[in-house]
Amino acid sequence: MGNQEAVKPKKRLSNSNLLFLIAGVIFVLMYVAAIFIYPESFLQFQTFFDLFNNNAPLIIMTLGLCIVMIGGGIDISIGSVCGLVTMVCAVLLESGIGSVLGAWSVLGAILLAIVTGLAFGLLHGYLVAYLKIQPFIITLAGLFLANGLMTTIHKDPINVNNVYFKSLMEPLKHPDLGTVNRHNVFIPFEIKQGVIIALVLVGLLVVLMKWTRFGRNVYAVGGNSQSALMLGINVKRTVFFTYVICGLTAGIAGFVWLLSTGGANVGNAAGFEIKAIASAIIGGTLLNGGVGNLLGSPIGVVTLGTINEVIRVADIPSNFQTIISGLMLYLFIVLQSIVMSLRSGRKFRIDLPPWLKPPWLRNRKKEESQEMKK
Amino acid sequence: MQSEKIIEMEGICKSFPGVKALSNVDFALRKGEIHALMGENGAGKSTLIKVITGVYEKDAGRIVIDEKPIHFKSPQEAQNSGIGTVYQEITLCPNLTVAENMFIGRGRNAFVQWKEMNAKAAKLLSSLGIPASPTQELSSCSLAVQQMIAIARAVDMDCKVLILDEPTSSLDEDEVKKLFELMRELKARGVGIIFITHFIDQVYEISDRITVLRNGELIGEYAVSELPQIELIAKMMGKTLDDVTKIRKHEPVTSKASIPVFESKALSSAAGVRPFNFTIQKGEVNGFAGLLGSGRSESARAIFAADKVTGGEVKIKGKRVKIKTPLHAMKQGIGYLPEDRKGDGIIDELSVRDNIILALQVMKGFFKPFSRKQAECFSDEFIKSLKIKTPSVNTPISSLSGGNQQKVILARWLLTNPGYLILDEPTRGIDVGTKVEIQKLVIKLAEGGMSLTFISSEIDEMLRTCSRLIVMKDREIVGELAGMNVTEHDVMHAIAQGGER
Amino acid sequence: MINMQRLKQQISHLILPLSVLVILLVINLIKGPEYFSITMTNGAFYGPIPLLLDHASELVILTIGMALVTAASRGQDISIGVGATITSAVFVLFVLNAGEASLLTIVAGFLISCVAGLVIGAFNGTLVSVFKVQPMIATLILLMGGRSIAFLIDGKLSPLLDNPISKQIGTSITISDQIGTEIFNVPISTPIILTAVFIAITALVLKTTNLRLYVESVGINPSAARLNGISPKKIIFLTFLIMGVCTAVAGFIAVNKAARHDSSNLLKFIMMDAILAVAIGGNSLSGGKFSLTGAIIGAYTIEMLSQTLLRLDVGTETLRAFKAVFIIILMVVASPVVRDYAGKILQFARQILQKVRTRGGGGAEGGTGAPDDTDVAGPDIPVKKEE
Repeated sequence: MGNQEAVKPKKRLSNSNLLFLIAGVIFVLMYVAAIFIYPESFLQFQTFFDLFNNNAPLIIMTLGLCIVMIGGGIDISIGSVCGLVTMVCAVLLESGIGSVLGAWSVLGAILLAIVTGLAFGLLHGYLVAYLKIQPFIITLAGLFLANGLMTTIHKDPINVNNVYFKSLMEPLKHPDLGTVNRHNVFIPFEIKQGVIIALVLVGLLVVLMKWTRFGRNVYAVGGNSQSALMLGINVKRTVFFTYVICGLTAGIAGFVWLLSTGGANVGNAAGFEIKAIASAIIGGTLLNGGVGNLLGSPIGVVTLGTINEVIRVADIPSNFQTIISGLMLYLFIVLQSIVMSLRSGRKFRIDLPPWLKPPWLRNRKKEESQEMKK
Repeated sequence: MQSEKIIEMEGICKSFPGVKALSNVDFALRKGEIHALMGENGAGKSTLIKVITGVYEKDAGRIVIDEKPIHFKSPQEAQNSGIGTVYQEITLCPNLTVAENMFIGRGRNAFVQWKEMNAKAAKLLSSLGIPASPTQELSSCSLAVQQMIAIARAVDMDCKVLILDEPTSSLDEDEVKKLFELMRELKARGVGIIFITHFIDQVYEISDRITVLRNGELIGEYAVSELPQIELIAKMMGKTLDDVTKIRKHEPVTSKASIPVFESKALSSAAGVRPFNFTIQKGEVNGFAGLLGSGRSESARAIFAADKVTGGEVKIKGKRVKIKTPLHAMKQGIGYLPEDRKGDGIIDELSVRDNIILALQVMKGFFKPFSRKQAECFSDEFIKSLKIKTPSVNTPISSLSGGNQQKVILARWLLTNPGYLILDEPTRGIDVGTKVEIQKLVIKLAEGGMSLTFISSEIDEMLRTCSRLIVMKDREIVGELAGMNVTEHDVMHAIAQGGER
Repeated sequence: MINMQRLKQQISHLILPLSVLVILLVINLIKGPEYFSITMTNGAFYGPIPLLLDHASELVILTIGMALVTAASRGQDISIGVGATITSAVFVLFVLNAGEASLLTIVAGFLISCVAGLVIGAFNGTLVSVFKVQPMIATLILLMGGRSIAFLIDGKLSPLLDNPISKQIGTSITISDQIGTEIFNVPISTPIILTAVFIAITALVLKTTNLRLYVESVGINPSAARLNGISPKKIIFLTFLIMGVCTAVAGFIAVNKAARHDSSNLLKFIMMDAILAVAIGGNSLSGGKFSLTGAIIGAYTIEMLSQTLLRLDVGTETLRAFKAVFIIILMVVASPVVRDYAGKILQFARQILQKVRTRGGGGAEGGTGAPDDTDVAGPDIPVKKEE
């Protein structure tokens, strides 16, 4: 059978995995480079853990956002929803009810966080999936709504002094593991509770997206929603649940935020939707939908975190943090654009204007055309 | 046995805003038959299919499947009741693996068993001889393979009814043969197949029964053996067909002395056409003949610089010119009607008027817009002369039928008064009546001194209009046939021989 | 007759913003007719409506750019507020270093800030057109880093625009006093005049060029546009350049109004308002046909909404929440699904009406109904005739 050979086509990495791999490799390279340049900071394991300690809420938020983005949507309300949740939870814990309920008040706060997040998720999901309103607009309204509600509920910063909550906030430490700092003081490793929650969520959602029917349906809908409909997938329901999950993760992120800072104020998580989108993109999720790997979201977050840490250690003015994060995003976007166009065509076919073309490419063109003439 | 009906539809009506797509249509599909659904574009075939599969809800009528009245609300429901569909456009997800595309949207398991799924897919693929691996991403497969995967999916669903909506339009001959084998096997298993196609020969090769629709109405149901081709065409068009035979092409222009309107040497493009030489004389109609993927469209696109030109030189009326972008080509008096009408031709939401004046307007320049009156004058002229059926010049082009859309694009290029016009599949997916009109127009334009290149996948159409055929294979010119007496057989022969060389 | 039809077509997509505008006006009227009062204060018109026009100027200008970008690139520029902050930082830097501000320095500063705007537009435009990055993502970069760039330019001091204007025009008045409010004793505040001029220029450009045809073609079907000689890349790039100029003008107005360059808060959430204005104006956010009239009316509607809410004693904190609820309601009403339902209900109502009419016979209401007419027109033009 001559055909048999044709049956075995070349295998290649899927777009999702390729972009994820690129993100992972770049993170590792960057971190290794940082270790060599600033060993006194980056050689300490705590620095690595702190990347997670400081960014647990962002990781959780990004997870939900990634799912929405894979499904072909966008949710820009997550930062505000997260902020709102920190505020309502703090208010609950500090209110009279908190003292009456005792330990149960913490559970109440968790429930409140979940319910608030879910409420937004349900609202967005319904409006986007069933009423077919553009997600950008609806989640924009959601952003306004959450932000407005937050400032209406409470304007001043609150510190949570609830005893039970405080005890929950204690980070995990191991007495024997740790590092000795410059002043010869032993500092045990710290991992905050939020990180555990974040990692559990990463695990759960990765399984959800890779091994469940729902997860694959999300990919299908993001790849081509019309086709997905024809293939017998309930597109509306699938889209609906991506937003519900995203709302839920934003709610959980809000609680985790409170857990790691112990206080709430109006500026909490403001602008985090932008950070989350950036992290998702750096982690290899395409905004067009259908492409992305959830493991990429924590990687995207810690990549951004590493850059900020480098800037901090290098004593560069903090203004540059955002500028360099922006540049980083720029590089990733251009890189993805090049990778994707390399994949879709056989040749590299970004039509750069001639003055932008690197010299080696220009020369090659000439040679080619000369060959043609011969 | 033979008369056992799987699907019975009575009095189906469906209308969209402003259009009555189906009125009072009856249809019946029996067990183990291949039933061709025929009709011109806009006859309501696709609508009927979409009503059966629950994509659209019917306005009135009754659908009975296996003697049970049915009312599907979604494609999934239809799928679960054993109706598998393969649509004209590929309706798979490019970012999923081949195996997933075959099994997604089916079954009730909350979890995906990857191993099991891939094994099942591999078995099915090899049994149908489809050259793809289950774990491959679909986007890395060719269009034809994607189509076959869609069919494999439908086959695997143990369907009682298989609907194939133009499945052969992107397949080559071998693949069509394979598909027909598959269809016969399914037929033997007792599956009822609804087959929609524009290729009349294919209908006669494989179908048992034909239902003809016209303008959303049922014309009748016939056994294939009782309906000669010519009558079928007449029934589809609603008029007798002596027009077709009246088309007479012209003697090939042979005068070597005259300067060719267009001449290319070693022209090549980024789409992968081998460098080719090509000339066309004033008033000549020629064509690129070849199978799909032979490079016939790519060559046309290279002439118009629709793909990036990578080498070669071009002379217009003996003068060397540089054509790097479509705009250059347009300014040199070249027009190009693209193969993919929807993707490359029409600008959906814009009015018929804007669509007609677009090319001329662009040639005139960014800072010199036509006045509204002038534009309307231009459009009215062509709406009249090409008999474009449109409520007004301000109607968005998307609400016209396929044939009329094609005429609008044609008008767009005729308005620029090109010296050389390339028509790439101008008759694809449009009704027979309009096809004939376009063919006649081509001859008339050539009489007027325009040079034309006519590309079509229907060889007889090219034989009728072209006085010279350039035969292509594997993205290369392999031969040339000229004269009045070229037959279909000659072309096939030239293509086959070209490969051996 | 034909003109009437054309007019109807043009107005049909303006129904939503216009009706909202009317509703808001009615609410304001009920709240108190003083809303429509216009007085002369300090030699200028003063009152809620002039104030509205004044406040909305940046939004209107940015909305025009947003509508064009949306139409051509099928996406939105979310960096406009940040872009305006940068361009105005450039303006401030120039004017403050120029010492005494004369009309010349102001114009020069404005032109330089326009150049900055063009650079920003070129940056975003290159990403979108050459690298094929989605506009929202491409502009996200500037949104992330832009305010810090503005900080670097203006020296992080939130400088006041307080250098005295040159003597010929008048002493002890700062430039922002003039541009931010009134100039040359014209009784209309300068931002309104600038906006009007800007709208006029835009209208002129649309009239004398093929911008609309090109942009719409590119937005609807880029590959078909390319085959007709339009370069989608160039057109998308062009819309971003226009957007750059819009941000420069908006930044110029905003910084002069505030008389102070606040890098972290200048025009902070304006992209949201601009996108909403575009959407309310009947434009699809996924590109294609656009209506600048609609977008401009949309912008004024949004501004009036904020103003009305403030007038109804909604606190500034809650304002956003109310606005959000309003937007959601608006979007739900305008959503295709709801429209579909409404259409069906309307048709059903019509059918009932017709049945009632035919049963009642011609005798009941011969004068108004004219049933013969509708019967004749029935088969050709299905439903529309009634209205």
